Amino acid sequence: MTAVSTPPPRVATSDGADAAPQRRRRRWLGENPLGLVFSAPYLVFVLVVFAYPIVFAVWMSFQDYFFAAPGAVVDRPFVGFANYVAVLQDPKVWQSFGNVGIFLLINVPLTVVFSLLLAYGLNTIVHAGIFFRISYYVPYVTASVAIVAVWLFLFSGDGLVNHLLGPLAPDPSWLVNSSLAMPTIALFVTWKGMAFYILLYLAALQNVSKELYEAASVDGAGRVRKFFSVTVPGVRPATFLVLLLATITGANLFTEPYLLTGGGGPNGASSSPVLLMYQKGIEQGNPDVASAIGVILIILVLLIAWIQRTFVGKED
Amino acid sequence: MRRRIITATALGAVGLLALSACSAGGNEGGSDSRGDITIWYSNNEAEIEWGKQMVEAWNADHPDEQIKAQEIPAGASSEETIGAAITAGNAPCLVYNTSPAAVPGFQKQGGLVDLSKFKDGDDYITERSGDVADQYRSSDGDFYQMPWKSNPVTIFYNKDMFTQAGLDPENPPLATYDEFLDTSRKLVQSGAAKYAIWPAPTSEFFQSWFDFYPLYAAQSGGTQLLEDGKATFNDENGEAVADFWATMYSEKLAGTEQYNGDAFADKQSAMSIVGPWAIAVYGDSVNWGSVPVPTKDGMDPSEVYTFSDAKNIGMFTACKNQATAWDVLKFSTSEEQDGKWLEATGQMPLRQDLTGTYPDYFSANPAYEQFGDQAARTVEVPNVPNSVEIWQEFRDGYSKAVIFGEEDVSTFLKDAADKADSLASQG
Repeated sequence: MTAVSTPPPRVATSDGADAAPQRRRRRWLGENPLGLVFSAPYLVFVLVVFAYPIVFAVWMSFQDYFFAAPGAVVDRPFVGFANYVAVLQDPKVWQSFGNVGIFLLINVPLTVVFSLLLAYGLNTIVHAGIFFRISYYVPYVTASVAIVAVWLFLFSGDGLVNHLLGPLAPDPSWLVNSSLAMPTIALFVTWKGMAFYILLYLAALQNVSKELYEAASVDGAGRVRKFFSVTVPGVRPATFLVLLLATITGANLFTEPYLLTGGGGPNGASSSPVLLMYQKGIEQGNPDVASAIGVILIILVLLIAWIQRTFVGKED
Repeated sequence: MRRRIITATALGAVGLLALSACSAGGNEGGSDSRGDITIWYSNNEAEIEWGKQMVEAWNADHPDEQIKAQEIPAGASSEETIGAAITAGNAPCLVYNTSPAAVPGFQKQGGLVDLSKFKDGDDYITERSGDVADQYRSSDGDFYQMPWKSNPVTIFYNKDMFTQAGLDPENPPLATYDEFLDTSRKLVQSGAAKYAIWPAPTSEFFQSWFDFYPLYAAQSGGTQLLEDGKATFNDENGEAVADFWATMYSEKLAGTEQYNGDAFADKQSAMSIVGPWAIAVYGDSVNWGSVPVPTKDGMDPSEVYTFSDAKNIGMFTACKNQATAWDVLKFSTSEEQDGKWLEATGQMPLRQDLTGTYPDYFSANPAYEQFGDQAARTVEVPNVPNSVEIWQEFRDGYSKAVIFGEEDVSTFLKDAADKADSLASQG
């Protein structure tokens, strides 16, 4: 039996004169105007918290802009691409984008691989599943500041890690080593954020058809073969989401370098574009330059997201 | 449908922009206006104690011009909080915690009242602070900040650690760079301390105020980082100071890692660069002594300059009753209130002849006498445009060349000086 949807009954009119305003109203308000009422708070939220700041930031990036007191007579002329030129000529900006590139190259693949593997493991274990889920989730819900203190204890020069490594410990130590500072931060962020992505994968794993596993078993597939041939394709939408979210949150890296390496050290080896935006926009009073960095960052993230969408997110 | 959503979003955003522009009305402040005012003071316990009594004293005598006081709202730093308040138009009348480095920025924002425009503005400030006041003039020659208090920094050392290293704790050899280095080597090699000294090696713009700058002020006989809009530090004095610190770091006499806490209080380092606030903080928990910062070849202590680590009072343009605010500002920096400040906090009012003005206090608290004397020989951060950016550029180069030894010190000094000149000239 097939359900057939019927269109709503039309109101008969004596002539077409009443139908025109109705059509116009429907065009603007849709079939169910009440829906607009329910979605209005979120629409306002999006406008105020996302759309307005983005439009304002783009506008600022083309002005000689600085924050001023209300009523203060200040000159903020249009400067075209001058802020972008200044940003692109600043070696520190290039360094910060390079740093975040290194971060993403380490963080994103590790996040995808480990969160999928751990979610798969959590999904299959029978005993102590709740214990492990909570254990993985604790770092995610603990304040960064508190967790950072633990990592400083672990990775400082005379920290636990170096004690264990003995003569193999790097010199200079992890967080003051130009080559190791950013990879250490990437590992930290991967570890801290893993739980959220595990949850996404756990939800996705519920939707993988059990029949497919059974069919694979009947065909003689082993555990590894089933993982790659059933699980991995089955959670591909989740993988795309994890890739996208990990990239976006990674590109917004700020707290960890700020706290772990005292403002992007050593020699800027752990600075990030957002950290530079904070320095230039808030500390140094150049929000126009900071906005230009932000706009470039948005464009790059969109570009990466488009590439990910093309190669991973495409529907079959 | 999609086009409609985009159009609606764009219109909404433009509308909000227009609304925000409309809301930016002028403030109604006036230099002749009187009435209630709001002030912010620091959230340091001793400063709150002083602030409360000052407000009570004023309010008791001025029923029609009451002060409402509160701690500076929490933020990453007080400068950021004040900067945001200026932009929002809700800054208080007076802030008793205005960093001199932030003043050029606040001034550019149109957030600060020109105190020199008050009839007795210039005279009051220069009479109270003497020659030191000139360091706080803005580029137009006026005062946009009231020089208030300083924390002239010196070297604190742990006498027990010095004894353990076989050094004389009462007369530690720390006057010249060679002496300081030899002492540091003995402290570390003897195992008395992990590091001789551990200034924060991090990249925040202000960290150079507590390693390079005090020693540069001393070595140069009281020269600011920039004078007449030009960098001064690319000379033999700057090079001597940078080389000294580079040696400290390369020989691992100073720590290159961020210490989570107070290395001196935790006895991880035998020395620290601190102001008079440290007397109350370390108290009896550390058996401390203090000496002036070192110079290359040594100098009579009575001639040694240092960094002031000052905080001043700013009057903000959002203030409606500026006449009252100016009177409160003078009241709170009067001889009586400065004396109470000294008693409550141990920080030095930026007042000329400090030790002569409060002889009883200094005879009763001899530990503070050195700081009282030193307060007359302090160097402030230069009051120039792009001040914070200049310090950040300096710190980045310093970190690379001096702390991590990955660049030649001379190259760092030259590059940093060129950038500082360029930034200071941008206005």
